[in-house]
Amino acid sequence: MLKIADRTFRSRLFLGTGKFSSAETLKKTIEASGSEMITVALRRVDLNDPADDIMNVLDRDKYLFLPNTSGARDAKEAVRLARLARAAGSGDWLKLEVTPDPRTLLPDPIETLRATEELAKEGFIVLPYMNGDPILALRLQDAGAAAVMPLGAPIGTNLGLITKFQVEIIIDQARVPVIVDAGLGAPSDAALAMEIGADAVLVNTAISVAGDPVKMAAAFAGAVEAGRAAYEAGLGRKSAEASASSPLTGLDFIKT
Amino acid sequence: MKITCNGETKEITPGTTLVSFIQDMNLNPDTVVAECDGRIVKRDEYDTLVFSDGNVLELIRFVGGG
Repeated sequence: MLKIADRTFRSRLFLGTGKFSSAETLKKTIEASGSEMITVALRRVDLNDPADDIMNVLDRDKYLFLPNTSGARDAKEAVRLARLARAAGSGDWLKLEVTPDPRTLLPDPIETLRATEELAKEGFIVLPYMNGDPILALRLQDAGAAAVMPLGAPIGTNLGLITKFQVEIIIDQARVPVIVDAGLGAPSDAALAMEIGADAVLVNTAISVAGDPVKMAAAFAGAVEAGRAAYEAGLGRKSAEASASSPLTGLDFIKT
Repeated sequence: MKITCNGETKEITPGTTLVSFIQDMNLNPDTVVAECDGRIVKRDEYDTLVFSDGNVLELIRFVGGG
């Protein structure tokens, strides 16, 4: 079982709730994913559409809410959003996102570290979104992060685990759980992240924009389980030279 | 009396409380978090906070996100 801070999770797949075509699809997708933790964002209420309330379809007792600070461009904005999330009743869990560049949505490492320090002091359970930077992962961990969330690829790109080399180092060094977040585009990407030892993955776009999000959620759930089982089983060593799987002896009878 | 809510000017009756304003907007007070003049309003103040002319209110809630 995965443990982050004081919570244990049976499922190692966390789900983002953005970009779903309908509330009903979102609800069914969450169920199909088996996820126990789902992310949400905070935004100004659209006064012209008061009924559009995601809380009508999400069960707070059933899922752990992980509000994000998406939209924050620096530590100050992230801290403000975090405090609002807590006031909104989501508890202390927080996915810290500081993305000053709207084109790449890559996280600002310095502001992310600053915000982690501040929010950990305020008692938040901080899960910072970060680039594939092993040194930063250690710094965030020392600053009080409950887990680190290196990206597989930029948010919403579906490019897969292009940070594999760095994520492997992060996994090797981290004392806190490592959750690969963002960019995983296919179940095989999630399986790969789990095979190399990630503790969990967080997926949104690849599922929400799929032709059949409910089916894709189940596919990701299966991939995450398979990848984790493979990691626990221990993958065989890679070699540049062939090694016969069948015995090389006992072939005298065919040799002329 | 006027306040600004989410960037829009709203005419309200003096004595209006935050909770009644939220309900008048057809919103659920349980799922909305409020910031009044930059300060987060605690849940137990929703019933007692009475607006002053010119207050700047932000009503925020959870939406889908990754």
